[in-house]
Amino acid sequence: MSTNVMKETKTVNIKVNGKSVAVPEGTSILKAARLADTKIPSLCTHPDLKSWGACGICVVRVEGSPKMVRSCTTNVVEGQNYITHDPDIVETRRTVLELIMSNHPNDCLNCPRNGSCELQALCAEFGMRGVPFEMGIRDLPIDDSTPSVILNPTKCIGCGRCALVCQQMQDVWALEFLNRGDQTRIAPAGDVKLAESPCIKCGQCSAHCPVGAITEVDETRKVWNFLRDPEKHMVVQIAPAVRVALGEEFGYEPGTVVTGKVYAALRRLGFDRVFDTNLSADLTIMEEASEFVERFAHGHGELPLVTSCCPSWVDYMEKYYSDMIPNFSTAKSPMMMMGSMIKTYYAQKSNIDKKNIVSVAIMPCTAKKYEIQRSEDMKSSGYLDVDVSLTTRELARMIKQAGICFKDLPDEEADSPLGTYTGAGTIFGATGGVMEAALRTAYNMVSGQNLGKVEIESARGMDGVKVASVKIPVGGKEIEVKFAVAHGMANVRDVMNQVKQAKAEGKELPFHFIEVMACRGGCVAGGGQPYGSTDEVRQKRIAGIYKDDNRSAIRCSHENPAVQNIYKEFLGKPLSEKSHELLHTHYFVRPLYVK
Amino acid sequence: MALNNYCLVCGGTGCESSKSDDIYKKLKEHAEKAGISNQVQIVKTGCFGFCEKGPIVKILPDESFYVEVKPSDAEKIVSEHLVKGRPVKELLYKTADDIAAKSEADIKFYQKQVRIVLRNCGIIDPENVQEYIARDGYAALEKVLFEMTPEKVIDELKKSGLRGRGGAGFPTWLKWTNTRATPADQRYVICNADEGDPGAYMDRSTLEGDPHSVLEAMTIAGFAMGATKGFIYIRAEYPLAIHRLEVAMKQSREMGLLGKNILGSGVEFDIEIRLGAGAFVCGEETALMQSIEGKRGMPVPKPPFPSVSGLWGKPTSINNVETFANVPVIILKGGDWFASIGTATSKGTKVFALTGAINNSGLVEVPMGTTLREIVYDIGGGIKGGKAFKAVQSGGPSGGVLSTEFLDTPIDYESLTKLGSMMGSGGLIVMSEDDCIVDVVRFYLEFSVEESCGKCAPCRIGGRKLLNLVEKVTKGTATLADIDTMKQISFAMQRASLCMLGGTTPNPVLSTLKYFEKEYMAHIIDKKCPAGKCKDLVTYSIDKEKCIGCTVCARKCPQGCITGERKQPHEIDQSKCIKCGACFDACKFGAVLVS
Repeated sequence: MSTNVMKETKTVNIKVNGKSVAVPEGTSILKAARLADTKIPSLCTHPDLKSWGACGICVVRVEGSPKMVRSCTTNVVEGQNYITHDPDIVETRRTVLELIMSNHPNDCLNCPRNGSCELQALCAEFGMRGVPFEMGIRDLPIDDSTPSVILNPTKCIGCGRCALVCQQMQDVWALEFLNRGDQTRIAPAGDVKLAESPCIKCGQCSAHCPVGAITEVDETRKVWNFLRDPEKHMVVQIAPAVRVALGEEFGYEPGTVVTGKVYAALRRLGFDRVFDTNLSADLTIMEEASEFVERFAHGHGELPLVTSCCPSWVDYMEKYYSDMIPNFSTAKSPMMMMGSMIKTYYAQKSNIDKKNIVSVAIMPCTAKKYEIQRSEDMKSSGYLDVDVSLTTRELARMIKQAGICFKDLPDEEADSPLGTYTGAGTIFGATGGVMEAALRTAYNMVSGQNLGKVEIESARGMDGVKVASVKIPVGGKEIEVKFAVAHGMANVRDVMNQVKQAKAEGKELPFHFIEVMACRGGCVAGGGQPYGSTDEVRQKRIAGIYKDDNRSAIRCSHENPAVQNIYKEFLGKPLSEKSHELLHTHYFVRPLYVK
Repeated sequence: MALNNYCLVCGGTGCESSKSDDIYKKLKEHAEKAGISNQVQIVKTGCFGFCEKGPIVKILPDESFYVEVKPSDAEKIVSEHLVKGRPVKELLYKTADDIAAKSEADIKFYQKQVRIVLRNCGIIDPENVQEYIARDGYAALEKVLFEMTPEKVIDELKKSGLRGRGGAGFPTWLKWTNTRATPADQRYVICNADEGDPGAYMDRSTLEGDPHSVLEAMTIAGFAMGATKGFIYIRAEYPLAIHRLEVAMKQSREMGLLGKNILGSGVEFDIEIRLGAGAFVCGEETALMQSIEGKRGMPVPKPPFPSVSGLWGKPTSINNVETFANVPVIILKGGDWFASIGTATSKGTKVFALTGAINNSGLVEVPMGTTLREIVYDIGGGIKGGKAFKAVQSGGPSGGVLSTEFLDTPIDYESLTKLGSMMGSGGLIVMSEDDCIVDVVRFYLEFSVEESCGKCAPCRIGGRKLLNLVEKVTKGTATLADIDTMKQISFAMQRASLCMLGGTTPNPVLSTLKYFEKEYMAHIIDKKCPAGKCKDLVTYSIDKEKCIGCTVCARKCPQGCITGERKQPHEIDQSKCIKCGACFDACKFGAVLVS
């Protein structure tokens, strides 16, 4: 578990190309150079990952030594002067870059990363005009076995980021290096397809790939074709995290809340109704908090209750922790609840034949593409409750294709009856947000009163695992709800093992309620978000999320008038028979490897 | 009854593959039949080194040295020598003057050798610890445990000047000091027995012939560094060495020479064998440790060095088999004694595996500073078939090729490195005028490309491109510009490769471009291979004057491309010829011409 111990760090005084700079001990030369206003190029290193020195681009010299060292993996040493750019270094980098180019298909025009490719950008900086070596492009089969990501190993430059993310950050181990030498390629162990591997479709591989070797499955054309069909009634929903990141594609700072402009853009694309997943996040809270109260206060069901709105986490749990299925909240994710409400409640209320409704979701996530078909429960309306799930990146492309000047759009409102949301719904986009939203409502359900201060700071922040508790007054006494929040899949194992161990030893449970989000920082840095998610960007997007919560007039899900209406007009009450039919799901034990 | 004779049969892998095991069994069988089995001890030893003339059988006490022995010779050895005391003359080694050598002392192959590492090889039964002990085995360990402090042990090594025999030549005492100086709850000693250079088998023979010397040295290392655990990383392709190590470890444990309380001293040390799957790169220390940890064998950047953060993050000292084998002798005879052998910077001896176009191929151990000429001509007996010497390749695929003008170079770490080659682990491949330098370089590059782990771009891609260019040279399709490209790639590979495998892959290219430029030019400009090795540059034709029309060549030709009437001159259809040379070999009249 991560701890908050502040270590006394020593400062090291170094020079970068003669310029003095003091940096903390343990800083890599690459990072130190950045602090001295010098950019050293690299294709493999990434702030999220432990550098492992694969690409060979970032070489520098220590003054006085003819040898070149990798600046990404070599830490600064007191008193040294680092030469980051001299003719020999530039020549070496250029040759390595040419070598990489000589094995990389020259089809930028057709590439999903055209314009966002790190290799392309570096080649532009170096002014590449041709490859002086024999080309050696391998023709390897594309893996499009999952609905979420496409692996095109022919484009892989072997930087290893995807494997490191999959193994270290996500603890999934779906991606591995196969073969060796220039036959090395990225694929699941045993050379099975991704769909037959432990892959949880989180798409972090695609978010970290510097080139077009792993990308999201692009379904924009499918949506365009639906939009072309006059018979179809086009309905769209946007997820909490989309509103704080989409702006980046149009020149806004990360974390800028662009909700009103997204609504406007979606209308201009031709959607008939624009709804907000934040509302169904409130609905999720009504169901999940009720579920928690049932289990916690009334003893009906297993504790701890574990959140289930992250489809990658659901997939992971079904594969790695299937013995904990009884602990899982049966509540569907906000996206699926919205899909269900669109094709039942909204269809009925508006008198539209649900077979003509096309329900599109805009999500920060690649796993959502998988989730819409993960089981029969996803067709509670009798049809696919969500027909297409697009990532934030895909929506940005559609907006650009439509020639919409995003920055010039007016702020618009979402449509009734599924457009009103509370601050609790919006914070679903950040790690700890589901926990915080659920506790705001559970507190009310148990105590009959609202939290004095709705912000539960202990659930917030970038620590991989956050452990805290909330005390709820009941009949003059206080009961303590102990919770854990984990994000970045590799942080889950420790939390789950604590629970398992306590259960095995018959000890008191360490937690009553656990929130898990597969991606570090939560959905704000989901696999489908604009490229460039780093902790700095994550924190800015999270700040945007809390800003949206802060300025909301209503901040607790149970106070959302639209949600109250849904129950009044349609569902009855949380956990009712109809709720169960439409808003809840089942889980299955799934093998790690299908073959 | 006392023993009259010892009969030593080589049990090294080379001789075993020439049926030395049968010889051993037959000798026993015949001794039994002759009723002298209680008067003679027949022992299967490790390698004698003179592999060219194996299988070897040596009889003590008269030191008769039988070469190229066949199982059918066993009867005569028993009936003549062991029963009647008359050496079997025809089996004795014949010197250049065709005089039967009486013992090893008469054999030039042995005259300039000094055996420290191989002190017991070919002398003791490696599967019998008592024989090792009888030759001062474990006396060094006893001395260390009861008379010396760890500091004193390291000090003795410092005095000896022993440097790593794996190739890099790092001072052993410094490695041990650094490992010892790193605070830790556990340290590790690793023996690198992942010998992988083509043609090299020094370490295999040492382990096969004298496994206890390595176990003893590792235990001394454990004591000196405060490590209780050792690993021997050995390739699975060395089954005999593994078997002998296993036998030796079992015996050592039974005798209290390994384990919790060694010789009652309270010192703990034990060893585990880890098998490598034959990847050359796993001889690189960081890749080796990854492999022991169960990961894919890929190098990781240094620093941190293994002495600071090695196996499982603990301080680790990795030493080569040959380095270890020196240690017990240094302890017993003293560092000063060891330092009296060799040159100013390179102390002691070095074992080489002498192979290629040489008369006496085999394992030789010579003092540092011995010249190449002494090894090639005095020990090696000169070039096979009286051909002219062309070059020596040292250091395996990482090394370089040395031409005639360097024959008088004294062999030590610095001299070889200065000439663009390296000591390496000790492979010495001799080439004659019949060998094409470019073809040799192609062979080494093929090896390095095949063995690249694929992690870093310079090695993964650069190696392949270099190979492609060298292949162009051998095919006669290269241009002078290709030489510049080879130099460009080499420059970048040397500087930007992650580990020494990639960093030294260009060495054979660069050293031959330096010393054998003419041969490259012959291929490129004249489209000729002076050695006649490069098929694409060779044309076979028939001299009409000399051909008598015997039809042998036509019958031998696998392509059926030689035509001609009986007793009439024949002709080769060049469009079909695959240049296999079968006609050339078949013609008894010198009528097939090569150009």
